[in-house]
Amino acid sequence: MTLAIATDRLTKDYGARRVVDGLNLRVPTGCVYGFLGRNGAGKSTTIKMLLGMVRPTFGRVELLGHDLAALPPSVRERIAYLAEGQPLYGWMTVAEASRFARAFHPGRWDGRKLDQILDHFEIPGRAKVRRLSNGQRANVALALAIAPDPDLLILDDPTLGLDTVARHDFLLSLIHLVQREGRTILFSSHILADVERVADRIGVLVDGVLRVDCPTDRFKEAVSRVVLEFPGKPPAFPGCAGLVQAWEVGRRLELVVVDFGDDQRRVVESLAPLSWDAASMSLEDAFVAYTRGPRRSLPVFDDGPPEAPSTATSADRGAA
Amino acid sequence: MQYEISGASRLPIYRQLVEQVREGIARGDLKPQDQLPSVRQMSRDLVVNPNTVARAYTELEREGLVANRPGRGVFVAEPRADLTKDARRKRLIETIDRLLTEAVNLGFSEEEVARLVAARSRQFHWNTPNSAPK
Repeated sequence: MTLAIATDRLTKDYGARRVVDGLNLRVPTGCVYGFLGRNGAGKSTTIKMLLGMVRPTFGRVELLGHDLAALPPSVRERIAYLAEGQPLYGWMTVAEASRFARAFHPGRWDGRKLDQILDHFEIPGRAKVRRLSNGQRANVALALAIAPDPDLLILDDPTLGLDTVARHDFLLSLIHLVQREGRTILFSSHILADVERVADRIGVLVDGVLRVDCPTDRFKEAVSRVVLEFPGKPPAFPGCAGLVQAWEVGRRLELVVVDFGDDQRRVVESLAPLSWDAASMSLEDAFVAYTRGPRRSLPVFDDGPPEAPSTATSADRGAA
Repeated sequence: MQYEISGASRLPIYRQLVEQVREGIARGDLKPQDQLPSVRQMSRDLVVNPNTVARAYTELEREGLVANRPGRGVFVAEPRADLTKDARRKRLIETIDRLLTEAVNLGFSEEEVARLVAARSRQFHWNTPNSAPK
């Protein structure tokens, strides 16, 4: 498996505050990677370090197999970036913005494809950028990012501020883009339903630490909510492997657990509840439970439990 | 046949697709030799990653519900003759046991479950005529 993005103990301090802490991010070539975390978790800082716009306090970045510090122009050309808020110069026309962007990718610019996309969204080249709607501007920015046919595309919260229809169109363009084999996309987002639709893998940053790094389906299938009913006040939960959260609601004890299995079942049954039930959660609920839990004890989450190699291999095949 | 996925579902997207195809076959909306949409088409229609659709199709193929004919597409398979009656019976019993466990957890009695199953079975559109209850 080759990696499009590999970081080694990537760390950033702002003064005394560590915003990114020892990040070992590994994004396989051809993967669509959803990069998640709450506001202030360190996503944008990480993305800026990936692109060399913020200097790490410690650690290294490799993009497309090359050290970021010595990235040859021929490799840099194969990487495209869409910044948060899709900044474009408002005084330019769409055609001028295209000429401007082309200068950064002289050898790889596909003007015909760009025109096709702009045409599809019915955006005329003579339109002033500042007169475009948010959705149109996002699509122009994406079209400009795609025009050099990048092998690696990094998007910082690309659907922020778009309405449902504009987001749908944007994701559709992204899907079209994925359908060229071997292209890698990393995007950050807060809209979990979007992430689930397009991402093969997700990474979740919690306070600058990568707590989750696994196939999207695996995260959804592995986090479960367990509800125990008692005749009176529930006993204190003694804890178990993979516990994210435990709290009392009246006569119920509710748990969020990663990889609920026989060991956890034994702990639950040892409390002799009247009844209990374990169920999986939607990606959004799983994400909320996971990122709201007590930070220090969060179970770190990767490709899967060793006893389930078959799911890991099918997921690998799916991502290939 | 219409497919749809929901972000609010507890099931991963590939499982939602697997379930819909499975139900489509059980209800007879999908018949043997019917062609499913291509991975590319399905991925665009539903706005999901093509790998997710491919994973659903791989899963369905593994279960013997569809057959992939390279270069032509994915088709609904003929009803399974490769599994012995015993093996099919075993698989059904596992499903029934799961249903009973759920029923107990939800606090239903044995009689209530039996009544419900009989009532649902009368409403169910049985696909093959020889398995229809008289």
